[in-house]
Amino acid sequence: MMTTVLASVMPVAAINWHSVLFLLFAAVACACAVAVVLAENVVRMAFYLVLSLAATAGLFFLAGAEFVGAMQLMIYVGGTLVLLVFGVMLTAQAPFVAIKTSSSDRVLAGMVGAALLAVLLQAAFRVEPWRRPATAAVAAPAATPIGMALLGVRADEPAAGVPAAAVRSGYLLPFEIVSIHLLVVLVGAAYLARAKRRRTPRAIDVAASSVGPVVTARQAARSSASALVSGGGR
Amino acid sequence: MSLLAAGLPVAAVPLVAGLLSSPVGVAHYLVVGAILFTAGVVCMALKRNALGVLMGIELVLNGANVNFVAFSSPYLRGEGAASLGLDGQIIALFVILLAAAEAAVALAITLNFYNNHATVDIDRAEDLKG
Repeated sequence: MMTTVLASVMPVAAINWHSVLFLLFAAVACACAVAVVLAENVVRMAFYLVLSLAATAGLFFLAGAEFVGAMQLMIYVGGTLVLLVFGVMLTAQAPFVAIKTSSSDRVLAGMVGAALLAVLLQAAFRVEPWRRPATAAVAAPAATPIGMALLGVRADEPAAGVPAAAVRSGYLLPFEIVSIHLLVVLVGAAYLARAKRRRTPRAIDVAASSVGPVVTARQAARSSASALVSGGGR
Repeated sequence: MSLLAAGLPVAAVPLVAGLLSSPVGVAHYLVVGAILFTAGVVCMALKRNALGVLMGIELVLNGANVNFVAFSSPYLRGEGAASLGLDGQIIALFVILLAAAEAAVALAITLNFYNNHATVDIDRAEDLKG
């Protein structure tokens, strides 16, 4: 019934399939982003975040930024999210999988979020006169100009109305800075997350032994060693 | 499309028809970016799990990336209109790289905190106040 109404308003030939695909990806991205906020279980939050980021990569492809979309899929979805899922699995003890927030906090965060969204949407719709209907021009692939720009040479033509000297600078220095930054971050993260040898028992071991009768092997060895020492002293 | 229209009232049919037949502009992308950004901010403020806060940060950075890509897109600008050109895409790439680095360090800190305090509840991190 609704389909017939819609079909009477708009013939199939008038459908802009670019817009249809955009609406599909945008709906998935926004719905999964909201689901990340609403989900209580941290594992489901990670799953919804994967879906949201993948749909955003689809939006990048639709906007003609195919290299950025591929990098989004490879680095974000393939790397960062796998890292986050490993973090979830390493810390997913039973009481931490779903940590409840109080309902007053939820109401407050919802009000703040609605206010922020209202401001941002108003700003977004004021950009509307900037838009012209897209021309049918097919853009050249952007991977080679991006690679050249990262090496400090600009191969793309400057945008209209911009003096050529203003945009001719490449991105060699930021590229090098980011490279060193990634190296330092790699070393720092490995240093922070390394397995340490401890003299005092960890809080997690104390909690585990105080909760139940199960004593970890390390603590059993330690207590037997201390018993030997005290017995030898006597 | 029929699934989309099945649950909508008749008054929404011209709106859906307009959305499906009109070309996508920068404003559409900005709306998506605004929703992602707001979801990320609310997620950062609301979640008590440290990993939930990290996911909120990822959402915020992703919303900013959507705006950068939209303003640099060759399909969305009219002829003669100013555009970020290739710069927006390169900045989006840098944002993705820095987000990966930030996630690695923040995850290492979270694992360290979990090893020392046996929890990932950030409300229990009171001795980190200094």
